[in-house]
Amino acid sequence: MATTTATAAQQEAPAVRTTKRPSGPFRWVRERIIPIIGLLVLFYMFLPIFVVVMFSFNQPNGRFNYQWVKFSFDAWTNLCSVGGLCESLQLSLVIGLLATLGAVILGTLMAFGIARYRFRGRSGSNLLVFMPMATPEVVMGSSLLTWFVLLAFARGTTTILIAHVMFCLSFVVVTVKARIAGLDPRLEQAAMDLYANERTTFWRVTFPLVLPGIVGASLLAFSLSFDDFIVTNFNSGSTVTFPMFVWGAAQRGTPPQINVVGSLMFIVSLTIVLIAQVVQRRRKKA
Amino acid sequence: MTTSQSGADLRIINTTKRFGDFVAVDDLTLTIPAGSFFALLGPSGCGKTTTLRMVAGLEEPTAGTILIGDEDVTWAKPYKRPVNTVFQSYALFPHLDIYENVAFGLRRRGVKDVKKTVEDMLALTELTGLAKRKPQQLSGGQQQRVALARALINQPAVLLLDEPLGALDLKLRRQMQLELKRIQTEVGLTFVHVTHDQEEAMTMADTIAVMNAGRVEQLGAPADLYENPSTTFVANFLGQSNFFDGIVTHRSGDYASVTVQGQNVSIPVSRVHTQGSSVHVGVRPEKLRIQYRDDAQVNDNDNRLEAVVSDSSFIGVSTQYLVDTAWGQELTVFAQNTHRDERLVPGAKVVVSWAPDHTFALDAAQDVDAGVEIDEDAATPDPVGATS
Amino acid sequence: MSGGAVAATAVEQQDIRSHPGGGATESKGVGTSKWTPYILLTPGFLWLALFFIIPTVMLLLFSLYSGSLDQGYSFEFPGNWSTYSAVWEYRAQFFRSFLFAGLSTFFCLALAYPLAYFIAFKSGKWKATLLVLVIAPFFTSFLIRTLAWKTILADDGPVVTFMNWAHITNVLALLHLTETDRVLNTPLSVVLGLTYNFLPFMVLPLYASLDRMDPRLVEAAQDLYSSPWTALRKVTWPLSLPGVVAGTLLTFIPAAGDYINAELLGTTKVSMIGNVIQDQFFVVTDYPTASALSFVLMLTILVLVFFYVRRAGTEELV
Repeated sequence: MATTTATAAQQEAPAVRTTKRPSGPFRWVRERIIPIIGLLVLFYMFLPIFVVVMFSFNQPNGRFNYQWVKFSFDAWTNLCSVGGLCESLQLSLVIGLLATLGAVILGTLMAFGIARYRFRGRSGSNLLVFMPMATPEVVMGSSLLTWFVLLAFARGTTTILIAHVMFCLSFVVVTVKARIAGLDPRLEQAAMDLYANERTTFWRVTFPLVLPGIVGASLLAFSLSFDDFIVTNFNSGSTVTFPMFVWGAAQRGTPPQINVVGSLMFIVSLTIVLIAQVVQRRRKKA
Repeated sequence: MTTSQSGADLRIINTTKRFGDFVAVDDLTLTIPAGSFFALLGPSGCGKTTTLRMVAGLEEPTAGTILIGDEDVTWAKPYKRPVNTVFQSYALFPHLDIYENVAFGLRRRGVKDVKKTVEDMLALTELTGLAKRKPQQLSGGQQQRVALARALINQPAVLLLDEPLGALDLKLRRQMQLELKRIQTEVGLTFVHVTHDQEEAMTMADTIAVMNAGRVEQLGAPADLYENPSTTFVANFLGQSNFFDGIVTHRSGDYASVTVQGQNVSIPVSRVHTQGSSVHVGVRPEKLRIQYRDDAQVNDNDNRLEAVVSDSSFIGVSTQYLVDTAWGQELTVFAQNTHRDERLVPGAKVVVSWAPDHTFALDAAQDVDAGVEIDEDAATPDPVGATS
Repeated sequence: MSGGAVAATAVEQQDIRSHPGGGATESKGVGTSKWTPYILLTPGFLWLALFFIIPTVMLLLFSLYSGSLDQGYSFEFPGNWSTYSAVWEYRAQFFRSFLFAGLSTFFCLALAYPLAYFIAFKSGKWKATLLVLVIAPFFTSFLIRTLAWKTILADDGPVVTFMNWAHITNVLALLHLTETDRVLNTPLSVVLGLTYNFLPFMVLPLYASLDRMDPRLVEAAQDLYSSPWTALRKVTWPLSLPGVVAGTLLTFIPAAGDYINAELLGTTKVSMIGNVIQDQFFVVTDYPTASALSFVLMLTILVLVFFYVRRAGTEELV
């Protein structure tokens, strides 16, 4: 019996199509093509940073720091020996702090107004807030300049400050608004259910929960202000902020101290963000 | 603002809530006795949550009055009412730890020393040891208990629960149902529990108000509502019902006679919920006795029909039969599997009988399919609604 | 403008999710009087009105002034329309600006899409770190980073030497993108600089958009006989369009007005309209003409953006 079954099976069974596991020299690459490209792009983004950091340790011949000569700590130890650099740095920091303060206060108020209330002109307000973000800096800078000229308002630190608060405002509003919108309204209802009146609810529940957004907006505003060049350039008169110093240096001569400041900026900001990440991650686990 | 007013009833009087053209709560009048576990039961959109929120002060009624004891709280702000809510999504404060979440209400009311009270409450809700954690670090069941603790600690006159068990898995839900009931009995506060799950309501509540389209269909103890529904909605929403169309022929003494398809059905007069002569005669599937026709033994007083089995499903505890009557109507019969008759297969001729006391009659003007819903959350399989 | 716009838009797109409302949608805030929103908005609104709206109007006005820096400017009716002749005079720079902006936007998209895709779908536990790395370059002054390109693309540096050896520069020179032995101070380096500067502006909105997409949609497409490439074209790409629109706008608009890259990495032969405007303001000090050019730039961009957004069909930018 068994043999007949076997032969019958043999006659009926069709030829089996075998497939091989795909292989080949490019297989490995093809499967990982996206991560590879992604990392290459990331590398491309970081390449100048490496160069900046590397060349901060350079000791150039001549005025410009575009060629590697030899390794030296000079730039790091003599940061302020370059005329005007430290002064411009200090000015940028002060302006940054003041502009952040102004933009955050005005912007947070606006964000609450827009996010929390329905009123006529709400979509108009949204548009108004969006417009500075969508305007080229050249246009913003030049329009402010013409305005100041017409008003015979001397250009200097004050005008820089005014301009910075102006363009930081939109970013603060957008950031804080998003945070407010992401807040569960039932948390405030729960607070009121638990005997907190409107004021207490705001300060004990709403504000603490929006605070991370405000902090983020502050960091954003500060970095925008500190790093701004075009609008500042148009409205600074003869005052020199750090980006303006760098611009001038590109014409006059680029000391490696510029790279030192650049490296420091990078390290400090990266550290802040990484710390924030670690804190967040630890909060989630515990 | 008085704190605990155990001994105070919650009275909702002629309360209406409109959202634009939509009437969410329609002239509702309800009294919830102090110290009871009261359930507002109904499908989504029936107005139960809106009612709850009006009691909490999170919605303002369009019309009507809400009283807690003698205090008119209709327009009082939420933080001025002796009412606390356990929210459906828990609404725990993510920036505070468990201890501070639970202590929140006490602190707002100016209570100085909260330590012992908080610790006792954490013990009651079995959360000791988690005091320093943040809500995000807790499981769903733990979060639910925190929400409960946070509300309970304030000893409100009324504790409102808005479908608090919805997010839990089945086993946990059952556990929490018993927990909540135990806590309520122990603490003696008034609980008002909003749910769409009829089993949950029947398990936990002393009194249920079945709501539909902004109104209360019927109010009563779970057993009363289940055994003697007064509307088709309640009959279909709680459990299942079979319905026949009938005409009342005789209504004196203790029993009424109703003619259904030429046959006489006997119903106690107290279970006929309409004055009209056109009625829906209802009987629940588990009250029907099914026997093989040839050797059926039926009490003289029982109502009986002849039918043919069209489907039988073995469910373990019971067998669910679908039978076709002589006039083509399909009935559902649940038979407990104590003495299972193997002959009851599709095609078998059977007699279906039931005691008159298990019948009820409802106004024929009502929609016989009202309240029939496909409940995705229910543990039982799809209820097969009665067809006419 | 630095990574601010990017981060803000990304945050915005991510967090605008609707809430399962707890009943009524009125918000009870501190002070629920009718005037509260207006009070909250007034300070910020005034600032923007005073220092953004009015200046823009002033720009238009000033472009019709006549005079000079020494003698003073004045408005003579019906206005000095001759300033607008500069628009025609500098049409090459206008054109070049939009060309460069367009090219760099395109390159940004081509580079950013794989990166954003990678971070959104294929990065697993490294997601947060990678996002930080994307924003990280913005922590350094962008001027300094742009200067770094002068080092990287230096004539005798390793990169250019390699390109010369591989005859890549020859090919590029034929396309008038570079000189035969130089990459720096050529159109290509300006475009590369622009691309580099605005890359994160493209990555973050794209990432935000892709991240919201359910990856199982791609699996479903493959289940329905799509190759990975087809799934990308027919499923992923259309769903990521809001991010694409936001990213391209955030890249194109500032790029069109940029003059830093042209100045640092280009020559006067490849100047953009931004360079001209800056020049007119500070070197020639012909403020009315400069204002005219600036105003036309803004107008052109507004018009382009309007039609672009209309066609792309997304209003969810703010």
